[in-house]
Amino acid sequence: MQRYIVKRLLQGTLILFLVSIIVFLLGRQIGDPVALLLPEYSTEEDRIRLTEQLGLDKSLPEQYAIFIWNALQGDLGNSIRGAREPALDLVLERVPASLMLASIAVFISLLIGIPLGVLAAVKRGSLLDTTARVLALLGQATPVFLLAIMGMYIFSVQLGWFPTSGYGRPEQFVLPVLTMSCFMVAAFLRLTRASMLEVVDSEYIKLARIKGLSERNVIWKHALRNSLIPVLTFMGTIFGRMISGAVIVETIFAWPGIGRLAYDAVMQRNYPVLQAVVLFIATSFLVINLLVDILYAFIDPRIRYSQ
Amino acid sequence: MTEAVLETKDIKKYFPVIKGILFSKTTGWVKAVDGVDLYIGTGETLGLVGESGCGKTTIAKLLLMLEKLTDGSIIFRGRDLKEFTREDVRQYRKSVQAVFQNPLSSLDPRMKVGSIISEPLIVDRTLDRKGVKDRVTTVLEAVGLDPRSAKAYPQEFSGGQKQRIAIARALASDPQLIILDEPISSQDVSIRAQLMNLLKDLQDSMGVSFLFIAHDLATVRYLSDRINVMYLGKIVECTNREDLYTNPLHPYTKALLSASLPHDPDSRREGDVLSGEVPSPLNPPTGCRFHTRCSQAMPECSQTDPVFKEVQPGHSVACLLYQ
Amino acid sequence: MQLSLSAKIIVVTGLVIILVLAVIAIFAPLIAPYDPTIGELSERLKPPCWQEGGSRDHILGTDTLGRDVLSRLIYGTRTSLTVAVIAILIAGSIGSLLGITAGYLGGWVDTVIMRLTDLAFSFPTILLALVLAFVLGPSFFNIILVISLVLWVEYARMARGEALKIRGMDYVALAQVAGCSKIRIMLRHILPNVASSLIVLATLQVGMVIVLESSLSFLGVGVPPPDPDWGSMVAGGRSYIFSAWWLSAVPGVAIVITVLSFNLLGDTLTEYINPSLRRQGGW
Repeated sequence: MQRYIVKRLLQGTLILFLVSIIVFLLGRQIGDPVALLLPEYSTEEDRIRLTEQLGLDKSLPEQYAIFIWNALQGDLGNSIRGAREPALDLVLERVPASLMLASIAVFISLLIGIPLGVLAAVKRGSLLDTTARVLALLGQATPVFLLAIMGMYIFSVQLGWFPTSGYGRPEQFVLPVLTMSCFMVAAFLRLTRASMLEVVDSEYIKLARIKGLSERNVIWKHALRNSLIPVLTFMGTIFGRMISGAVIVETIFAWPGIGRLAYDAVMQRNYPVLQAVVLFIATSFLVINLLVDILYAFIDPRIRYSQ
Repeated sequence: MTEAVLETKDIKKYFPVIKGILFSKTTGWVKAVDGVDLYIGTGETLGLVGESGCGKTTIAKLLLMLEKLTDGSIIFRGRDLKEFTREDVRQYRKSVQAVFQNPLSSLDPRMKVGSIISEPLIVDRTLDRKGVKDRVTTVLEAVGLDPRSAKAYPQEFSGGQKQRIAIARALASDPQLIILDEPISSQDVSIRAQLMNLLKDLQDSMGVSFLFIAHDLATVRYLSDRINVMYLGKIVECTNREDLYTNPLHPYTKALLSASLPHDPDSRREGDVLSGEVPSPLNPPTGCRFHTRCSQAMPECSQTDPVFKEVQPGHSVACLLYQ
Repeated sequence: MQLSLSAKIIVVTGLVIILVLAVIAIFAPLIAPYDPTIGELSERLKPPCWQEGGSRDHILGTDTLGRDVLSRLIYGTRTSLTVAVIAILIAGSIGSLLGITAGYLGGWVDTVIMRLTDLAFSFPTILLALVLAFVLGPSFFNIILVISLVLWVEYARMARGEALKIRGMDYVALAQVAGCSKIRIMLRHILPNVASSLIVLATLQVGMVIVLESSLSFLGVGVPPPDPDWGSMVAGGRSYIFSAWWLSAVPGVAIVITVLSFNLLGDTLTEYINPSLRRQGGW
């Protein structure tokens, strides 16, 4: 187990290193920062001075070395827009909003998706099962941006219940959270239903029934615990999907999270900020995946990570 | 004994046991094959018998060049495999074929029987299309199948028929040696006899040599001219068929024999029944490897490793009782 | 393969819808009543024919530039399906070949390819696509390239897993004994045995690709403006959501129906061909 963790940490570091190279190169590709920073009518001397100031006159490997050295010290450069704040600060400042949106959405999805999945499996073939499955299929077939716009039209334009954008007041959370939750509810429902159906037919559940445990106990305790493993695996991949969802949802609802920051950074060719966002996301992604794998190993002792 | 098709001289195959992540190091060796001499004569069948895990399948893989030798040499028609050029290897591939235990896994489910059988010929490229087609018909008839079977998929055949297809493929390139690794073990008893007869007929008509690998002495008896008994990577006894069944010397052979003849109470002597598990080849017993399970073990057996030598004419054994 | 009656109905319905969509995509110029890129400003923002003020001339109304929504929808089918099919073909071939090579050869080749997939996995899809689309600039071929870069990973992982299983089969060892080259073994023995799983995965991914492509177009980094695309149609209607809801709703419904059909077909195929491959979720 320890060896597995060490191995994964080493691999993670290597991947992060590769990510940093790609991020660095992509950042350089987005546009000429000198042209972006200087006012329209500026002299050749201004250009040269700024190029030197930004270190852009050095060779690419040198620029990368400086970039990574600074990055290790927590300095990812300054935004080339607005008040030219440090890029990392801009990212960190936006994290709480994204985290809030994501965690509420995951929480609500689990709260709806898992019990619905269990009920659908237990009452297989019933009206509830069919409805749940159709909803899940629709939930997975509808793109997030479409849901967001439909939500806006129905709840903001037609009914006037919730605002179309903004961050802070509780009613401003409703639409973004609902939009983010939809595909996750669908995924949790399907996964729980499928694995419940498998588990319910297994020998040890039959045994638990023979032992005379109440049906409620059998389903909600014994069967559910074992069906949660695929759900947990899915949680590992959900982070990437959440980020993808966040880019869209936050952009549409003007939510001040890192998804919107990433979108704006790309649109404004703000490469230091983009580098900071991508590095931040890739790091969190690797850490979360490692944690999920370790947790997985504890829950399901059949899995041994000894190669 | 006829002229040798293939011989092995002191072949060894050790698998490393690797530990560590960043700086991996070898902490031990599994000695799957530990110094084995075999001699397969032209048109002969050599039997190789031992319990599972004794290294007999590793020998098959070594001879088929699916694994690399750790040490020793394999000699094909008088020449060492180590000296082979690309062309020699190509010829060797044509000359040495194999039939494995499980026909379900031996036949590619996405290939038609005709493609399966002709694959060695297609890869070899000496025959033209018509030649290949004729050859497929010939070998299908030789194994007792309808030539029209070539157009079907292997899933459409019974277990016994599948094994016939596997044999037909092995025959396609007109090989000099076929390695039969437990070719009938997965079959029903009634089919076993048919397959044995087929193999014998094929050998008589084509003059091909067999290395017949099995885990019990009953199976190899019918076909083999000479039989090697193997235990934990080493040969413990080797003699001709008649001698082995009437005059077994090594206690392990005796135990195997009594296990293969359960219905004959007279032949079972006290203590000949094999007890206990096969020891791990990662950490084999000192001295004679069999002493932990041997009914006739003496104190010195745990210290001295017996030499494999001829104790009667044409009959070699590795046991301190005869040294 | 035994399908229950309801599963059969689902598969047939899905297939019929997919066929109709394919016909629409192929014969778009014959079916569409107007040129999708040219509009008449005097005709702008006409509602669909069943709404008050709508007319038979523009069954699904017109957009802000007076272009016929139905015609744009029909040409949009072409865009979506072409991008999906080409991207999946590219990503599928490259991913499967890399995966089979990694699984069959093992060793350092395997390590390198698998680390590459980890790398691709550590970028959230949309973000990677967004950055790439922006770096490369919006064009029809770049969007295909971007989506392929995102997609190949799943094929590589699956093909590798399957190749690892098949590598242990006796027929692979026997092919080596017969003198087959490594390339022949990979192409003639491993690929055909992995193919059915790959095809199922491809079907499952069509829906995903359509969603991804329309999302990118929605964000403004997809198919460039005058060309009709469902995602950019939804985006274009966004600002008129108060007055002309159909501008977003019509292409939206088209996306949902298309994705739903492919998902239903893919799910049913999965259940009957390779149950270990269940789709886990979309966006």
